[in-house]
Amino acid sequence: MTGFEGATLAIDLLNITLLTILFVIAIAIARLRSLFAIVMLSGIYSLVSATWFVALDAVDVAFTEAAVGAGISTALFLGAMVLTSRTAKAEKGATKIVPLLVVIATGAILIYATIDLPGFGDPTSPANTGVGVDFIERTYPEIAIPNIVTAVLASYRGFDTLGEVGVVFAAGLAVSLLLGFGERSLGASVRREDRVASLKKDEEES
Amino acid sequence: MKGDHHVILRVVAKALIPVIAIYGFYVHFHGEYSPGGGFQAGVILAVSVILYSLIFGIAPAMRAITPGFARFIAGLGFIIYIGVGVWALAMGGNFLDYDALFREEPGGHLGQHTGIIVIEIGVLFAVAGSMVTIFYAFAGRVSEIRDEDW
Repeated sequence: MTGFEGATLAIDLLNITLLTILFVIAIAIARLRSLFAIVMLSGIYSLVSATWFVALDAVDVAFTEAAVGAGISTALFLGAMVLTSRTAKAEKGATKIVPLLVVIATGAILIYATIDLPGFGDPTSPANTGVGVDFIERTYPEIAIPNIVTAVLASYRGFDTLGEVGVVFAAGLAVSLLLGFGERSLGASVRREDRVASLKKDEEES
Repeated sequence: MKGDHHVILRVVAKALIPVIAIYGFYVHFHGEYSPGGGFQAGVILAVSVILYSLIFGIAPAMRAITPGFARFIAGLGFIIYIGVGVWALAMGGNFLDYDALFREEPGGHLGQHTGIIVIEIGVLFAVAGSMVTIFYAFAGRVSEIRDEDW
């Protein structure tokens, strides 16, 4: 066995381990009823996926997954969870069977579709012979920054990124229009502190 | 605070939150050289504010970063991004065509670099502001999160 084969075996084992962990977490999320545990497990799911993306050499995607999936989504889910009850209602009867069948059918179709996909890192795959090579060759002469992903996101696909930023901004706007701007609790707590202060003052005076 | 059993959490968070915020800026300004950029940096900065408000309470966080300021930053970021596109239009190029920003000869990279840096600042502001706004909208509806709520 050459060194390269050993490395491939190690990477395969790593992939299998990470995917098994993801599978177990997904089953646990589906079976649990405590929302706090589900929020925490989905954060862990994102973190493990990010690790797996690093193993697949998609460092930018892994970074985004770790920051957005494990970081901000978990915090936002916690904030949303505080507004609702702490446990989900148990499903029963047909609502349990039908989604399972849909998921199994979709999974089978996706696995069938992977048969036609090129192997991972295949140098003759369309992604590695067409537009990918073009970006690698053109980015440095045209834009002269080392990170091709940033060049594609900010310059070649600048219009797409504008749309993404618009979506994020619209989400923030929509949530604050629906739920209020968040000044309510600030006002309440400031009023409470004022009341406590005035009570103390009254006590001192009397 | 008397009888505070979150003292370890508070002490650790006090040391960690500035590091998280500085790391966010590092990710932003190294976006051209390493993984990351305005989007991730904005999220990391927002997380530092959210972590502060989860641990020290929402009201102190809202005094430091007011909800109005978060909204202002979110809108400003989006306007900065569009502004670069309009700037390119005004210089005679296409929308968001950074080569037109300074009407450079072919082969010049100043326009590309300026365009990318400015729109990344727009992305940073818009994402950080929107995320903090969303968190405030959720968390602002309950005045205090009690221990038994978890």
